[in-house]
Amino acid sequence: MSDNTIIRFENVTKSYDAETTVLNNINLELERGKFYTLLGPSGCGKTTILRLIAGFMQPTSGSIYFNGKLINNVPANERQVNTVFQDYALFPHLNVFENVAFGLRIKKLGKKEIEQKVIEALKFVNLVGYEKREIAEMSGGQRQRVAIARAIVNDPEIILLDEPLSALDLKLRSEMQYELRELQQRLGKTFIFVTHDQEEALAMSDEIFVLNEGEIEQSGTPMDIYDEPINRYVADFIGESNIVSGTMVADFRVKIGGKEFECVDQGLNPNEKVDIVIRPEDLEITAVEKGKMKVKVDTQLFRGVHYELSTYDDEGNEWLVHSTKKADVGEFIGLDFDPEAIHVMRLNETEEEFDKRLESYGEDAYAN
Amino acid sequence: MQTKTTKTFYLIPYYVWIVLFVVAPIALIAYYSFFDLSGNFTLDNYLNFFTSVYLKLTLSSFWYAFLITFFTLVIAYPTAYLLTKTRHKQLWLLLIIIPSWINLLLKTYAFIGIFGLYGPVNAFLNVFGFGETQILFTDFSFVFVAVYIFIPFMILPIFNSLDKLNPSLIDASRDLGASSWTTFSKVILPLTINGVKAGIQAVFIPSLSLFMITRLIAGNKVITLGTAIEQQFLVTQNWGMGSTIAVFLIIFMVIIMIITGQRDKGANSNGKNK
Repeated sequence: MSDNTIIRFENVTKSYDAETTVLNNINLELERGKFYTLLGPSGCGKTTILRLIAGFMQPTSGSIYFNGKLINNVPANERQVNTVFQDYALFPHLNVFENVAFGLRIKKLGKKEIEQKVIEALKFVNLVGYEKREIAEMSGGQRQRVAIARAIVNDPEIILLDEPLSALDLKLRSEMQYELRELQQRLGKTFIFVTHDQEEALAMSDEIFVLNEGEIEQSGTPMDIYDEPINRYVADFIGESNIVSGTMVADFRVKIGGKEFECVDQGLNPNEKVDIVIRPEDLEITAVEKGKMKVKVDTQLFRGVHYELSTYDDEGNEWLVHSTKKADVGEFIGLDFDPEAIHVMRLNETEEEFDKRLESYGEDAYAN
Repeated sequence: MQTKTTKTFYLIPYYVWIVLFVVAPIALIAYYSFFDLSGNFTLDNYLNFFTSVYLKLTLSSFWYAFLITFFTLVIAYPTAYLLTKTRHKQLWLLLIIIPSWINLLLKTYAFIGIFGLYGPVNAFLNVFGFGETQILFTDFSFVFVAVYIFIPFMILPIFNSLDKLNPSLIDASRDLGASSWTTFSKVILPLTINGVKAGIQAVFIPSLSLFMITRLIAGNKVITLGTAIEQQFLVTQNWGMGSTIAVFLIIFMVIIMIITGQRDKGANSNGKNK
């Protein structure tokens, strides 16, 4: 644990009764001033982690530390944490100014100070001039900003965001992604963002925690997680991917469907069964004789930035290809890829073992 | 398509009702209030109303209505709050509502038995060594029975507004540093105030003109506007004065309706997304 740690979970478990366990033995450490994302499908426990940090619920067992102090039994109103709720939870009987001023009034600050802080917070979210508006008169995006202003005005150490962008339309959502990221960097606060949208997570985070059924599957930077998913679940959840079974023949040699390919993985047992991930954008269309793999184009969709091709090899494995080049449906094409494009995943590997293995490559790979 | 004539046709029952049972009685009351005992036109009834006898009566009427409303509210709000937290809230609510379907007179007679000198309450007090206590015909029994009768009418609107309250608003309030009490006074109460107002209307206004409970339970020791009207019409046969009191009663009701009227300030939605 470093001095920079602001939140630490130690063996935290949350269950409602003997049968339903929402969180199972979670251990995590969050550093000050970073943008964290808890990513997973609904019901994976990501919102539960947020509510535990906010203080809306207590863990069934385990300890939660805030700045090194145990906070299991500290009530929500005494924590230096503020939340931006999924439905914004703005007070409908108060106008924009009073909504933002709510926390300051509870702290019994002076009138001048409240006014100054509220205006400053509204400036941060580009809502100056809207003070007197009723909440009912604000659009979805504006309400979102009021909710953010209401959280940051209290100068909390951590800001929790519970799927705050899910109610916005696509364009506004990507705009808000930029704004949130920028806001976090300007404020220098710790943001903990909950979402089921992997693109959102990849675009905004310093570090992502991928959750599944109450457990952390993998944590790391967006690049780490995208490029080196630990298992099928993470690979499938983060972006489009081709996942096939294979066998490690030897170090740097992997066999997929009867064919051997060069890869960058080593240190596995000979002939170990593995899962292989190749991202669709790492596959390149080429002539059949030049390609490492021969596939038949089944369907082709125009996605704007690229074409999305669904192709099948002789063994019947589907290979999704993202390419700016076009192909004809029914045509045989070659697929080319670099050895780095092949990501080998051991079956049932824990995150610790996985990290160790990756580190060992680093020493070798970058030594020469 | 609805033509204008069919629309008018549908409105006939409504207009008939309004004219026969609202406009006509009020007009008659207003008319009678200008006549004295011997049938001569006069304004004396109105002057009489401002004498100490009637002002005192009005004041005591308001005082009892206030007491009844106050105790009803004090019991109904926490009850409604607890109800929204229970698992089978609709069932619990129904259990509270059911007694209000039983005839008022029956329930009042039941209380005469319960509070009577040989009733269960006195028997219970006897166990603790209290002698026979006069409970009937006291202020206490009057207010108690009235509160009992009115409680469902207060609980229902408050329950509805609490039930519509978005629970994440309470989380938000706690999150922003508010204690339980501050959360109640700054968030929960303002957002359910319309339910409280509706409940106050439903209790305070009928309480002003109570006369049956006053008669049976309070034994005419409590005189309200309702009992005064009854006595003027049936005992003294002074229809003019009875009508005048009724006119004032109507005026008071209108004033209370205006005071407790719903004010729109975006609070109607109670913060729940539709």
